[in-house]
Amino acid sequence: MWSNFLSASIFYLIALVSIIFAILSVTLKNMFHSALALIVMLLGVAAVYIYLDAEFLALVQVLIYVGAIMTLVIFAIMLTAEIYNKNIKRQNRQKLISLIIASSMAGFLIFVLSRFKAQGGVSFFEPLTLAMIGKELLTKYVLPFELISIILLAALVGSAAISKKE
Amino acid sequence: MIPLSHYLILSAILFSIGLYGVFTRRSAIGILLSLEIMLNAVNINFVAFAKFMAPQALTGQIFVIFTIGVAAASTVVGLAIIVAIYHNYKTIFVDEIDVMKW
Repeated sequence: MWSNFLSASIFYLIALVSIIFAILSVTLKNMFHSALALIVMLLGVAAVYIYLDAEFLALVQVLIYVGAIMTLVIFAIMLTAEIYNKNIKRQNRQKLISLIIASSMAGFLIFVLSRFKAQGGVSFFEPLTLAMIGKELLTKYVLPFELISIILLAALVGSAAISKKE
Repeated sequence: MIPLSHYLILSAILFSIGLYGVFTRRSAIGILLSLEIMLNAVNINFVAFAKFMAPQALTGQIFVIFTIGVAAASTVVGLAIIVAIYHNYKTIFVDEIDVMKW
């Protein structure tokens, strides 16, 4: 009972931290700070994956998002954005209307989802292991798996071709 | 045990924050960062539904792996385009890059 309460409260703490850092990430003036806030939010999402018994996805999240993509994004920020110029406006004029649209969408979704009662919700089965994921990935889902490697190769070649100076 | 709807509410809030970021950011990199928030919200939805609705099927988790791969590819190409635009126009603010409008 006590450990249930503890794990639930840690989940809500993680959710709160993720939401706060997501808000910081979309509102901070300095783009570099915004990327750092996004890293905290991505780690929070990895913790949520652990709560959902998806340890492999948490690992992938930390490795790919926090390790690779955010490094690349920070690299691009260093190459392009004038991060130290305080006089540049960072947000456009649609702030109020976007706030209205986004918050009304969030309110509507929360209203609908809080009345939603799941039928399933049993988790007495044995947990899904990494070996099962690997087996499925190379037997049932082998075609999408090969397709995604082609997509990644195309992205690699394409980004090198786009960003080189002619 | 946290109910399914709380995961979905967390995902909805994160998605709305990302939407606000996409609407308001002037910098193209900021828009990409907000897109990452939205993609992560969608991934939480996938895993939560997979755990609560079909706990013995791996479809949800495998789909999230593919989503992360495609998101990585799109982010890489987007950043390459942003760097190329910065080389040519010396700006990455999307309201100043208007050569293809009008």
